[in-house]
Amino acid sequence: MTLTPVAPTIRSRPVYAPLAAVPGHLHLVIADGEGAEAVTDMLERAPDAAGFLALTHFLYCPGPTGTDLSDRLQALGAMQFFRAPTIPALLPRLQRVLTDAHMGSRFYLAGSEGLIGQAERDIMATGFPFAAIQKEHRGSTLRRVQCVHCKGITENVATDPFQCSHCGLNLFVRDHYSRRLAAFQGVNIDAEDPGEVPESVVRFT
Amino acid sequence: MSGVAKLAVRVADVVPVNDLVTRFRFEARDGSLLPAFSGGAHTVVEMDDHGTRRLNPYSLMSDPGDRSGYEISVRRDDAGRGGSLFMHRHVRPGMEMVLSHPVNLFGLDSRARKYLMIAGGIGITPFLSQIAQLSRTGGRFELHYAARNPALGSYMDRLQAAHPDRVQCYFDDDGQQIDLARVLSRQPIGTHLYVCGPKGMIAWVLGTAERMGWPPQSLHSEEFIAPPVGQPFTVELAASGHTLNVGAAQSLLEAIEASGVDAPYLCRGGACGQCETKVIRCDGQLLHNDHWLTPEEQAEGRKIMPCVSRAAGGTLVIDR
Ligand code: FES
Repeated sequence: MTLTPVAPTIRSRPVYAPLAAVPGHLHLVIADGEGAEAVTDMLERAPDAAGFLALTHFLYCPGPTGTDLSDRLQALGAMQFFRAPTIPALLPRLQRVLTDAHMGSRFYLAGSEGLIGQAERDIMATGFPFAAIQKEHRGSTLRRVQCVHCKGITENVATDPFQCSHCGLNLFVRDHYSRRLAAFQGVNIDAEDPGEVPESVVRFT
Repeated sequence: MSGVAKLAVRVADVVPVNDLVTRFRFEARDGSLLPAFSGGAHTVVEMDDHGTRRLNPYSLMSDPGDRSGYEISVRRDDAGRGGSLFMHRHVRPGMEMVLSHPVNLFGLDSRARKYLMIAGGIGITPFLSQIAQLSRTGGRFELHYAARNPALGSYMDRLQAAHPDRVQCYFDDDGQQIDLARVLSRQPIGTHLYVCGPKGMIAWVLGTAERMGWPPQSLHSEEFIAPPVGQPFTVELAASGHTLNVGAAQSLLEAIEASGVDAPYLCRGGACGQCETKVIRCDGQLLHNDHWLTPEEQAEGRKIMPCVSRAAGGTLVIDR
């Protein structure tokens, strides 16, 4: 398994690149599911994996489709390893780490776009330049989507269109992405002709 | 002429700050408010030095909240091409002058949690307007300011009095140096670094920060280079069909302008990229002095920044 390919569409659609170890005094590596493999691949390429791990704090949770490679990451023997059961349980820990973090810390995000986006949002909120946050998308392509009408967010969207889990509108899933919300945008597809909804297809797995 | 729109001003005040530095205040000739600017912006001052037209960039140091005037501080450079000497010797209150609209190439990134500022000598000036701006908005900053000695530390007293716990001063004559590694290691995540001062200091600060894991996007520097004095050389302007001689103390941009050809510029200090010009042929050597082209582009020799760079040892043909 390698980097999940992303077809370039519009400028706002996030793109990803393989992780690479860079100089820093703390490496905060945040991953879910198959993202663990992006991390082990990076370590194989790193000139000094042991030195990197001695400064590494892992935050990990299973992916949206259930992939759990915690054991593999834990076995690497990093300075700290934290496993959360879910992304919502992982994020408060990230907040806690960010409160005390200093410049010289580096960020590596890997796995689903939902995890990458939400971790990026929280790191970016500190003022750290988002372009310096490394991101490698692996595994599930399920999307986190904001309904542009009711503003509710639906996690793990698989089909397009789908029904907003908050207001019930039929939403077309756009590639238009908000870094601040960490979500793709969903737009009502039958606004002009209520009820005329194209057949829903599975686009994200 | 190119560059941004011009402002007709009158010199309102000329105040010696110390042996080397003089402060100038400009107000609009018609008494109106001057255009708004943000901390870190500069203006290009036009001088008519007894027939020689000089355009030098200076950082605005006054409070961006005060649009009744602009202030700059000029360090006298006795070995320079004459702009700073003209300012010191000939500019008097009441004189009419022309400034460019302010342009900011060293603006504060408003997303930062904190600003770490490092100044050397006259490099303090952009920080004065930035600190005034941050004082209004309540932004967090920490300034490390190095000068040769207390007498030449322009505005040190003022800064230390206003911000005793945020300003740290260092004096070269006393062998004091900022403990850079320590300062860089204790900055909260989301800090952006701003450095302005001599070339060597900027390179040292940026290099150390990068080695310590500061991403390039969090590092900001500004150094206006005065066009260096060099050997005269010949340039052919392919687009306008002129052949010119560039004098020893003249920049290529100034020579182009003197021939009546309109050439783009903003900073005139090798920092903004606006004057970039294609090199069609160069028999000799290009002497790049800018901060704009990458080292690879400089080595390729297909572009030149006429505001600060020159050629030597043969004819230069450029697309202008
Ligand atoms: S005018 Fe700004 S780089 Fe030449």
